[in-house]
Amino acid sequence: MRTLRVAVVFPDLLGTYGDGGNGLILARRAEWRGRRTELLQAVSDRPVPDADVYCLGGGEDGPQVRAARTLIDDGTLAARVEDGAVVLAVCAGFQIVGRSFPGADGEAHEGVGLLDVQTVKGHGPRAVGEVVAESLALPELPVLTGFENHGGRTTLGAGTVALGQVSHGVGNGDGGEGAVSGRVVGTYLHGPVLARNPGLADLLLSWALGDDARVLTALDDAAADSLRAERLAAVDGRRRLRRRRRERRPQP
Amino acid sequence: MRARLASATTRAINAASRRLGRGQGTVAGGRAGLHVDPKLLEHLSAGRQVALVSGTNGKTTTTRLLTVGLGALGDAVVSNETGSNMPPGHVAALVSSHAARAVLEVDEVYLPRVLTATGATAVVLLNLSRDQLDRTNEVRMVAGRWRAALAAAPHTHVVANADDPLVVWGAGAARAVHWVGAGLRWQLDAVGCPSCEERIEFGEGSWSCTSCGFTRPDPEANLVWSAEGTATAVWRDGRTRPLRLALPGRFNQANALLAAVAAEACGVDALAALEAMDSVDEVAGRFTVRSFGDVRARLMLAKNPAGWDELLELVSGATAPLVVSINARVADGADPSWLWDVPFERLAGRAVVATGDRFRDLSVRLQYAGVPHSTAPDPVGAVVAAADGTGEVVDVIGNYTAFHDLLGAPA
Repeated sequence: MRTLRVAVVFPDLLGTYGDGGNGLILARRAEWRGRRTELLQAVSDRPVPDADVYCLGGGEDGPQVRAARTLIDDGTLAARVEDGAVVLAVCAGFQIVGRSFPGADGEAHEGVGLLDVQTVKGHGPRAVGEVVAESLALPELPVLTGFENHGGRTTLGAGTVALGQVSHGVGNGDGGEGAVSGRVVGTYLHGPVLARNPGLADLLLSWALGDDARVLTALDDAAADSLRAERLAAVDGRRRLRRRRRERRPQP
Repeated sequence: MRARLASATTRAINAASRRLGRGQGTVAGGRAGLHVDPKLLEHLSAGRQVALVSGTNGKTTTTRLLTVGLGALGDAVVSNETGSNMPPGHVAALVSSHAARAVLEVDEVYLPRVLTATGATAVVLLNLSRDQLDRTNEVRMVAGRWRAALAAAPHTHVVANADDPLVVWGAGAARAVHWVGAGLRWQLDAVGCPSCEERIEFGEGSWSCTSCGFTRPDPEANLVWSAEGTATAVWRDGRTRPLRLALPGRFNQANALLAAVAAEACGVDALAALEAMDSVDEVAGRFTVRSFGDVRARLMLAKNPAGWDELLELVSGATAPLVVSINARVADGADPSWLWDVPFERLAGRAVVATGDRFRDLSVRLQYAGVPHSTAPDPVGAVVAAADGTGEVVDVIGNYTAFHDLLGAPA
C-alpha cells in the first residue's frame, strides 16, 4: 500500500479561514482506515511537493495574487493534476485555480487554470453567512453546508458544472456554488467544508485512492452529523422567521 | 455649552440604565452624548493626558496595567474598564471623572479616529492578527490605516511591539516610536511583507523581509527570559527590573513591559509603574476564580487563534480538568472556522468538556485533534461535569460571549 500524500498548499498565504483543516481531515480519515498517510504543509518559499491530494484555502487579496503567481511559476500543481491528483480549492483558492480572478484593486490576474471559471469583483456587499447547497455535480453527496465570506462573482465556462445549487446564501452569485471538473473541486464553503461535509471528504479520498477505495469503511461521524443537523436547522429557522415577517407585512 | 449638555445627557442615561439594571450603560449613554455633540470626545479629552491601547490581543489587560502604572504616583486615572472600546465607551468613561490622566482601550479599526479626537500623548500598539474574519477586517488594511493616522500625529509617542511586522509597519511612519521587544508567538499572519508583499523570514528574536529590507527595529526595552521562565525587563540604557506580575502567562509580561514604556512616555517612571502593576491579579474577570455551587473554576478568555495559542500554552502541562466553551454570536463573529487554526492537539491526554452554543463545531475539531472529550450544551453544567466531584479547580477557556456567560452566571 502506497503512502497517501495530502498537501496543504501555502498555509503561509492561503491559511486565513481555518481551511487547513481540510487537509487534516483527509489525512485523519485515511489513517483511521489504516492507510499510511503523510500530511504536508507546503509553504510558499519551497517547491510545491508531489502529492495525491492538494488543498488550497482562503486568504487575503495580496497573498492570493502572490500564491497564484507562485503556483504558475512552480508548475507542479498543474502537472500533478494532469497525472490525476485531486484538488480541493476553497474561496481564494477556488478563485486562483480558475482562469482569472480580481486582485485588491479589482484588476484581473491570471489563475492556474485548473477550472474553467472566471471571477470578478462583485458589486454590493460581500457575501457573508451560512450557505446551503443541493449537490449538483456529485449527486451521490447529501446537501452541502458551509460558511461563505467573499466579494467575488464567479462564472463557469460551458463545460464546467457547479458543485451545488444554492438554496441559502450566495455562492458563485448566479445560483450555483463552486465548480467541479475531473478531480478538481472548487467551492466558497468554509467551516472547514470537509468538517461539515464528511461525505465530500470520503469522495475525494476515494478518487485519490483509486482501487484502494475499498478501505473506505464507515467511520464514527456522529459529531459531524450532529453539527450538520444543527447548522441546517439554524438556516431553516432563519428562513421561517423571514417568511413570517414577510407575511405579516401589510400588502400594498 | 453643547458639550456640557452632551455630557449631562451621557451621565443621565448611564445612571438611568444602571438603575434599571440594563448593564453598565456605557454604550447607550455614550451614543446619546455623541448624538448631541459629535465632537464630545474632542471636548472631553481637552486638557487631559490621554493614552490609547490597541491591537488584536491583550487590549483590556494592557489598558488595566497602564492605568495602574500611571496611578503609581497617586494620580487619579480614568479608563474605559468595561471593555466598551469604541467612541461611545470612551465618552462614557471620560464624563464619569475629571481625572487629568486617561487610558482608553481602542478597537483596532477605530484607532485612527480616536487618535485624532483625543490628540493622545501615547499610543500602545500590541499586535495584529486574524480575528472575526466575517467582519472582513483584513489585518493588513488595519495596519495601513494605523500608519497613515500615526504619520499625521507628530506629537504622539508610539509604543510598539518590535516583534510584530504588521505593528512595525503600522507604527513605522510615526515621528517618535519607542520599540519594545515584546515577542510574538503567532507569526502566521505576518509572513507576507506589509511593505512589498514579499516574504518575511523569522529568526530567533529577529525578522526581516527577504526582498525590501523591511526589518525588526532595535528595541529600547526587551524582555529577557530565564530558564525557569521568569522574565526581566532590560532597557537599552542599562536599567533592569525583574517582573513579578500576579497575572499568569508570558503574553501578560510582554503587555506589562509595553505599558511600562508607555507610562514613561506619559511622565511616570517605568520602574515605579511596573512595581504598581505587580499586584493586578485579574482584569475584567479574566483569570478570576469563581464558584458554581461547590465547584471552583478559573475563567480565561481567548478570542482568536493567537489568543488561544497563548492560553493553550499556559494550561499545557497542567492536569486540571478543562472546559472549552465556544459561541458564535455577534460579538464573537459568526464563523467559528478559526477553531481549525487553533492547536487543540496540545490538549491530548487532558479531560476536556466541550460546551457553548457551538459545542458541535468544537467537538468535530477535537475529534480530528485526537482529543477525547465529552460534550455538554450548558456551560455551567459542563464545568460541574468536568470537576466530576474531584474538588479540583476547573480551567475554563471561552471566547468572548462564552466567557461572559460564565462570568455572569448565577453562583
